[in-house]
Amino acid sequence: MAPGKDRPAMPTGTGRPRLAGVVAALAAVILTVGACSSGGGGGSANATPDNGTTLTMWVRSATDQFSQRLVDAYNASHKNHVNLTIIPNDNYLTKVGTAAGSNSLPDILASDVVYTPNYTTQGLFQDITSELKALPYFDSIAKSHIDVASLNGKIYAVPHKLDSSVLFYNKDLFKKAGLDPNTPPKNFADILADAQKITALGNGVTGFDIAGSCGGCGVYTLFPYAWAAGVDILPDHGKRVDINNDTFKQIFGLYRQLTADKLVASSDKTQDGSTWPNNFLGGKVGMLALGSPIVGALQQQKVFDWGVTSLMSPDGAHTSTFVGGDVAGISKSSKHKAQAWDFLKWTLDENAQVEIIAKNGDLSCRTDLTNNKYTGSDPRTKFIADGLKNGVTPYALPFGDLFNNPNGPWVETIRGAIYGPDLDKALADGQQKIQSGLDSAG
Amino acid sequence: MAVTVLTSRPQQARTPTVGPRRRSRAGSASRRPAVGLAFVAPTAVLVAALFLVPLGILVYMSLTNWPLLGSPTFDGLDNYRQLGQDDQFLGAIKFTLVYTAITTVVLFAVAFALVAISSTRRKGAVFYRTAFFLPYVVGTAAASSMWWVNSNDQLGVFSKAIQAAGITHQPPGLLATPNRALFTAIALVIWKFVGFQVMVLLVGLQAIPAELYEAARMDGATTWQRLRYITIPSLRPTLALLTILSVTGSLLAFDQFFVLTHGGPDNSTVTVVLALYNKAFQSFRLGNAAAEAVVVLVVLVLVNMVQLRLFREREK
Repeated sequence: MAPGKDRPAMPTGTGRPRLAGVVAALAAVILTVGACSSGGGGGSANATPDNGTTLTMWVRSATDQFSQRLVDAYNASHKNHVNLTIIPNDNYLTKVGTAAGSNSLPDILASDVVYTPNYTTQGLFQDITSELKALPYFDSIAKSHIDVASLNGKIYAVPHKLDSSVLFYNKDLFKKAGLDPNTPPKNFADILADAQKITALGNGVTGFDIAGSCGGCGVYTLFPYAWAAGVDILPDHGKRVDINNDTFKQIFGLYRQLTADKLVASSDKTQDGSTWPNNFLGGKVGMLALGSPIVGALQQQKVFDWGVTSLMSPDGAHTSTFVGGDVAGISKSSKHKAQAWDFLKWTLDENAQVEIIAKNGDLSCRTDLTNNKYTGSDPRTKFIADGLKNGVTPYALPFGDLFNNPNGPWVETIRGAIYGPDLDKALADGQQKIQSGLDSAG
Repeated sequence: MAVTVLTSRPQQARTPTVGPRRRSRAGSASRRPAVGLAFVAPTAVLVAALFLVPLGILVYMSLTNWPLLGSPTFDGLDNYRQLGQDDQFLGAIKFTLVYTAITTVVLFAVAFALVAISSTRRKGAVFYRTAFFLPYVVGTAAASSMWWVNSNDQLGVFSKAIQAAGITHQPPGLLATPNRALFTAIALVIWKFVGFQVMVLLVGLQAIPAELYEAARMDGATTWQRLRYITIPSLRPTLALLTILSVTGSLLAFDQFFVLTHGGPDNSTVTVVLALYNKAFQSFRLGNAAAEAVVVLVVLVLVNMVQLRLFREREK
């Protein structure tokens, strides 16, 4: 998952619990440092991998509570102990790069899935192909994540957290605007027509919501429109880019019109992702393209009834989704491969996937478990989970620099294409700049 | 210096005449150079470890292709050649110069006005001085976060205040256009740093002997003449210090733009240091970033040399 859109995943208001979580994690680390120095590592060649070994694990702050729940449950039920360190999103790569240089990586290293190629190509992970393929449910593990975590036929990481982009809509506003709350938009013409009717309600209500200054948000919610229309945005294994085409002209054409017709709030132009879901969660927005991470907040709010549909191609013929999230692998520095694998395997087992992950409203990363009692009990979460089969996770080495970087070429392209004078030129320029970025990354 | 003075004290006491004292001072230093070196050593080691060695590493890095992950390779002056074609870096230089010029001028203008308000001996002056200085104790990053929230159309008090005052009925979008973003950032910097300027200027003013003004008044000098011939010349060292601090600080501006504008909108507020940071920690091209750092360092040294010379010549 891209950093820019991590923040929208956390509605404001979770700020304090997150901070408390970080403080608690820090305290836990400090307390266990003593225990770890006396307890020692324990041999890795033992018959049983659950032998009281202390393992270290790094995750970025986007997954803090999610990872903490898994680690707490594992520690409570095992002799091994996982020490979780949560690192701010923006510092994660820097920290990993420094630790890789001094071979002081943690045993288990999680990573934003789109950054994973940077780690696999530098050999930061140990090969877990044979362990993973030995699992009876190997074929049902999210394939888009496994693909990105693979290099030259070997697999280096497993899905840690999975999320997926969709189009949410406010059923109450649909009703008020005289639309059928059970008929979400099916194509771009529907989106425009529905947005017009909803904006006409007045009172600060807008039909749609655009993050006009956020590259990660754009990747997360615009790419699926194009994938659904059959565009391979990053072909040749991420060596080339293809955004200067008719599909993207239609996509940005829709967003230009939504903006020009004032069907979105004027503040959308500066939306950098950090407060993106707020207006929708406040019941002020008709439709919002975002992802599964806000489902928890949507289920908890009592202001309005909401529905969900897939992101579609401009003509509505096909749908797609961005499968984001994080993967976790065993780092090259780890001397406890068996124990670290014990933890990773445990996170993929049915118990953790259902009773910890799905129970909290998150998506299971196994397709054979999408119908579990928690996800299956709400047709909307079931819908999101079922949509994963059409999902794509993009692959490119300098993904963060080109697409997530707030000063990078993709943000420039989005802004030029939506707010600039010339859509065609913005796409042509963007195509050229992103391609030259891919070229220079080798 | 302190060393030789200390070691020569006993001899001073015995031979109070000037001549022998000088000789003995030189003599003690030359007789026991090891002692002097030993006293200087801790500082020398610190300077070497914390400044010279990192500087050497930086210069070496600037001559390599140094990715964050993977091993560096030597590539000579390539990084410096690439600087000339780097649009973001060149744009950042231009923006930083414009920002520095505006900030320095506005900061002084506002500071003079506030000094005029708070330099009187009337009641309430202390309150104003405290009020002006308070923002200075807030960290720049924290202050920038505050302004980011307050400038936000959805969350902020600025947009609510502006709308309540009837200036506009739409959310003002304080960070929406390049000019507004620059204005908001400069407003933040003025709010944050003007207290320090005011404080230093007040200290400078109070150091001017009251007798000078008294004498001038006896001679029939007008207010303007007292300002022109007493206040400004006496404040010259203070003004020099503040100008150098303001120019250097503005050229190195980072936090306020990193937090408040993220260099946006449309990369219009990317400063040199932000561009350098992006190179290192977004693009992970540490070699290119090091080359930019070397250029910034050289420019800063030159700018400060020129400024110091100008002020020194004026003092003569």
